[in-house]
Amino acid sequence: MSSDAQNLQAQGWRAWLLSSSPGSRGQARLSRAYIAWLAFQSNRLAMIGLGIVLLLVLLTIFAPLIAPYHPNDQVLADRLQFFTWAHPFGTDELGRDILSRIIYGARLTLYIVILVAVIAAPIGLAVGTTAGYLGGWTDTVLMRITDIFLAFPKLILALALVSALGPGIENAIIAIAITSWPPYARIARAETITIRNSDFISAVRLQGAGRMRIIWSHIVPLCTSSLIVRVTLDMAGIILIAAGLGFLGLGAQPPLPEWGAMISSGRKVLIDHWWVATVPGVAIFIVSLGFNLLGDGLRDVLDPKSGGQG
Amino acid sequence: MAGTTDRPLLTVEDLKVSFPTRKGLVEAVRGISFSLGREKLGIVGESGSGKSMTGRSILRLVSAPGEVTARRLEFDGIDLQKANEAQMRQIRGQRISMVMQDPKFSLNPVMRVGEQIAEAYRTHQKVSREEAKRRTLDMLRAVRIRDPERVVRAYPHEVSGGMGQRIMIAMMLIPDPDLLIADEPTSALDVTVQLQVLAILDDLVTQRGMGLIFISHDLNLVASFCDRVVIMYAGRIMEICDAKNLAAAQHPYTRGLLNCLPKIDGDGSDLQVLRRDPAWLEHGL
Amino acid sequence: MSAVTAKAMIEVEDLNVVFGIGADRVNAVREVTFRVPEGATFGLVGESGSGKSTVLRALSGLNPEWDGRITIAGHDQTTRRGKAFYKTVQMVFQDPYGSLHPRHTVDRILMEPLAIHGFSDPDRRIERVLGEVGLGPSFRFRYPHQLSGGQRQRIAIARALILEPRILLLDEPTSALDVSVQAEVLNLLQLLKKERGLTYILVSHDLSIVAHMCDELAVMNHGAVVEELDVSLLKRHEPKHPYTRQLMIASLGYDRAAVDRFEDFGIES
Repeated sequence: MSSDAQNLQAQGWRAWLLSSSPGSRGQARLSRAYIAWLAFQSNRLAMIGLGIVLLLVLLTIFAPLIAPYHPNDQVLADRLQFFTWAHPFGTDELGRDILSRIIYGARLTLYIVILVAVIAAPIGLAVGTTAGYLGGWTDTVLMRITDIFLAFPKLILALALVSALGPGIENAIIAIAITSWPPYARIARAETITIRNSDFISAVRLQGAGRMRIIWSHIVPLCTSSLIVRVTLDMAGIILIAAGLGFLGLGAQPPLPEWGAMISSGRKVLIDHWWVATVPGVAIFIVSLGFNLLGDGLRDVLDPKSGGQG
Repeated sequence: MAGTTDRPLLTVEDLKVSFPTRKGLVEAVRGISFSLGREKLGIVGESGSGKSMTGRSILRLVSAPGEVTARRLEFDGIDLQKANEAQMRQIRGQRISMVMQDPKFSLNPVMRVGEQIAEAYRTHQKVSREEAKRRTLDMLRAVRIRDPERVVRAYPHEVSGGMGQRIMIAMMLIPDPDLLIADEPTSALDVTVQLQVLAILDDLVTQRGMGLIFISHDLNLVASFCDRVVIMYAGRIMEICDAKNLAAAQHPYTRGLLNCLPKIDGDGSDLQVLRRDPAWLEHGL
Repeated sequence: MSAVTAKAMIEVEDLNVVFGIGADRVNAVREVTFRVPEGATFGLVGESGSGKSTVLRALSGLNPEWDGRITIAGHDQTTRRGKAFYKTVQMVFQDPYGSLHPRHTVDRILMEPLAIHGFSDPDRRIERVLGEVGLGPSFRFRYPHQLSGGQRQRIAIARALILEPRILLLDEPTSALDVSVQAEVLNLLQLLKKERGLTYILVSHDLSIVAHMCDELAVMNHGAVVEELDVSLLKRHEPKHPYTRQLMIASLGYDRAAVDRFEDFGIES
């Protein structure tokens, strides 16, 4: 296809997506998503954040193809080497290639972060919207339960749970998820309380809609934006807690290349072989930063109060 | 009638206000010209007509990325376009004041009313606290607040809408400005309170020989309150006429606005719908 | 059936609504009584805080805390309303920017009541009601932020009509609209009333709108009805109660001398 024809086709797609009179539900949804994407794209920092997160995803998917060595290959003769061409990030105390361990560790990081988000956010959303809309005793009871969970410092509670459940990455995930949902419940409840007196909720009540329908179809969609933003911003914290648990030996167990565990074992050789602990630390930093920038960018686009689409 | 000074208080020539947005350049005001003496001038328009932007651009309150240009924007001999920010700060509040629509949003909710008014005064006059307090009480009496000592200690959320707007007027008039721009000052009020607040404005403006720009969407109210009326549509001026001659207005947009209003003594038949002529988008006064 | 005892579509007797408890008790609506015959437009006029919107919310069932008697189409109402009620009575709200769910398309907004009540043939009904309010099918998949204020209000009216009610409660339906758009929406409401034989209760602070649309009106102040009058009296500038007279004079425009004669009408015992 010639470039002129390609241009015309691209213009056609763009016009279809930006049409102010969509002809179907699908077109309306796609159009809305496209416009949000355009707004997101204009924020350079947000795009950097997105880039970092996408890089993380790519490393996860293509780890076996990208990593030069197997992460658990021990070559004791080559232990504690500095950056070389053969080992760009050096080797650790058991002669394993740090670069490969970072790449495979990305899988664990993403695994932890996604599972925690997928468990904690829906629980928080359900508790918060129900408490906010139904009010009365339901609200009081649910919020006191939330308060109980909020009263514990996150890391301490996670530690206690992991100690009870036993060390291991799945238990670390469950522990972190249990400590993460309360703030989401509060956010969802606050949004719900603002929304529930709106005229459009009154209108649907006047149509005879039941409470579940109102909560699920009308209130939840309006809470998801702020929740998505909050979850993204929390991901940095989740990574750090997982790293902390790993550091304490309570999260991922050796020989899994979890970044926190790598920092922990690298501590012993920190003085003379600083890179063993620092490189995973930098990786955690970059990924946390990436999620933070992404979350900020999403908030600018999704939050109606800060000027995005209503 | 225009005042006795030979030079108009405010001269606006070819004022343009535009905003770059992702969808292209939005021209809120497209080249309007008018002048104001010591009189009450009403600017009437529907939403999107550019009337609020006009008021704000006089005081340079249109923030970036909005852009304001004009062939001439002169207040009492001062070129408002060439004035630097320090000079504008001198003018704002002291010589030109602005009252906006909802006192809930323009009064500081965490400061007592008396403090806010006194602060407005002391920004422009070097006076002692006692003097400022005395002037504040005087001003509150001038806007017909019967118990100024109580109001002075109240917070904005503790007073009603009508009283809040009178407090705004007191705050804006205490430095004795020459020109007051009022942007929908009574639209959030009940109709009887509206008229009471307007009566206060009327008296103060007349007593002090001030100029008043009254921005509103309510054509009938403006016609009964102001001396002259400017009708705006889509960023342009459609017509300028004397308020008492409004019924004889020429421009089809003005006539359309007048005719589409329901009247108490109407006959209940269908209201005349305004037919928008695309030519109005191209040409104004 | 004689004209005098023609069946009333809506009957309200001694309606009381109280907000708050203890020292903060406010009698928002006090002993309000009126009747609306079938096919009429009844106006409720008052300034802010008069209780007119509260009466409407109690009538619609949105506010369950009232006492007195409310009879709609011959059925006495309790604080709970059933689906049959919602097919009879619908409401149009004041703020076009708040009455449509920001994340739902017009299609979804109109589909919802049909889904709740199990109406058949939803597509045809949606297209028909969109036509009736003067909007074409090109509006069907737009989001509210892609609509102007007047268009949103038309969608709100379409939503109210899609269940084929007999009564529409109109809460200041045009006060947030430009006057040119207001004229179109008021004309539309009159047309729909004629076409469908509806009964309206119109709440407004604007006497000229009430004079234009209504057959009868009740003037409220501080929660109580101070005067009930036929619209012809209003049109001839002959209301009896001084509060109504004051409201009427104020509606005619700014008159410096008249303002001086304004009184403060407090709560009448």
